[in-house]
Amino acid sequence: MQILLNGERVTTDASTLDELCARLGFGEAKVATAVNGSFVAAGARERTALSEADEVEIVAPRQGG
Amino acid sequence: MLELYGKKFTSRMLLGTAGYASPDILRQAVETSGAEIVTVSLRRESARARTGQGFWELIEKLGRLVLPNTAGCRTAKEAVATAQMARELFGTTWIKLEVIANDDTLQPELFGLVEAATELCADGFQVLPYTTEDLSAAERLVAAGCDVLMPWGSPIGSARGLLNKTALHSMRAYFPETPLIVDAGIGTPSHAAEAMEMGYDGVLLNTAIAKAGDPIKMAEGFAKTIQAGRIAYEAGLIEPRDMATPSTPVAGTPFFKIDHAS
Repeated sequence: MQILLNGERVTTDASTLDELCARLGFGEAKVATAVNGSFVAAGARERTALSEADEVEIVAPRQGG
Repeated sequence: MLELYGKKFTSRMLLGTAGYASPDILRQAVETSGAEIVTVSLRRESARARTGQGFWELIEKLGRLVLPNTAGCRTAKEAVATAQMARELFGTTWIKLEVIANDDTLQPELFGLVEAATELCADGFQVLPYTTEDLSAAERLVAAGCDVLMPWGSPIGSARGLLNKTALHSMRAYFPETPLIVDAGIGTPSHAAEAMEMGYDGVLLNTAIAKAGDPIKMAEGFAKTIQAGRIAYEAGLIEPRDMATPSTPVAGTPFFKIDHAS
């Protein structure tokens, strides 16, 4: 299926958000996630199923003003 | 002492972490500034670059209170989701809430700001809203549960200083008990000192230090003027006058003669 990952169209067969994070190598990384505009807590990634055209955000700490 | 949400701070400077030439310059600028609160953000992470991890290690080592922002958010919904991600990522309920109206002015979008502040305060966040001098919006923010207000001096990164001093004076007078921090537009130490002399409780800045020729030296300059401005406010400033008034005693002036009107 195709999803929008951080604004880019990607093809994945990850069925959950947790699986997607693990495949991208974010398993232990300091990241936070959102799906379709809503925050998904780390503990909820495993039960968050991904569907076609979902918009996934994976963010990390960055410099800010 | 500056007190925000029950926490006390010696320094009245809040410093941004963006735009420094290197991580080491950032570290030295923060250390020299004496700032006890540093702002950070969150951005999309690339699986290859892993930019966030290194930055986070640097910030942790600084040992300052971390204040994440919601920079770039255009709607209350985006800001709320960003704040929730920041809470998990940085392990803090403090949030510098920004809802931005447009790219040219980066001015606060007050309707979305109040909406997001209401939701986040109810959810247990300590919200520090980046707002304008508008008193009605400020009242709504305070009613929503914001114990701190952060009006802009001028547009973010513009270095124009305090563009609407009359309104900033009014805001100070209107909210005598609420901690007020000038956030955005500070370009020079004298801008910061001016805000402090008005009785503002603190100043939040970033670009003026990060992009200075020598950011570490500029951090020192700001630290000193912010302190000086606060001391001056506490000491009580004299009222400006339209006409001269001699500071040296008139009585006993040599060669003094009373002018007689003819």
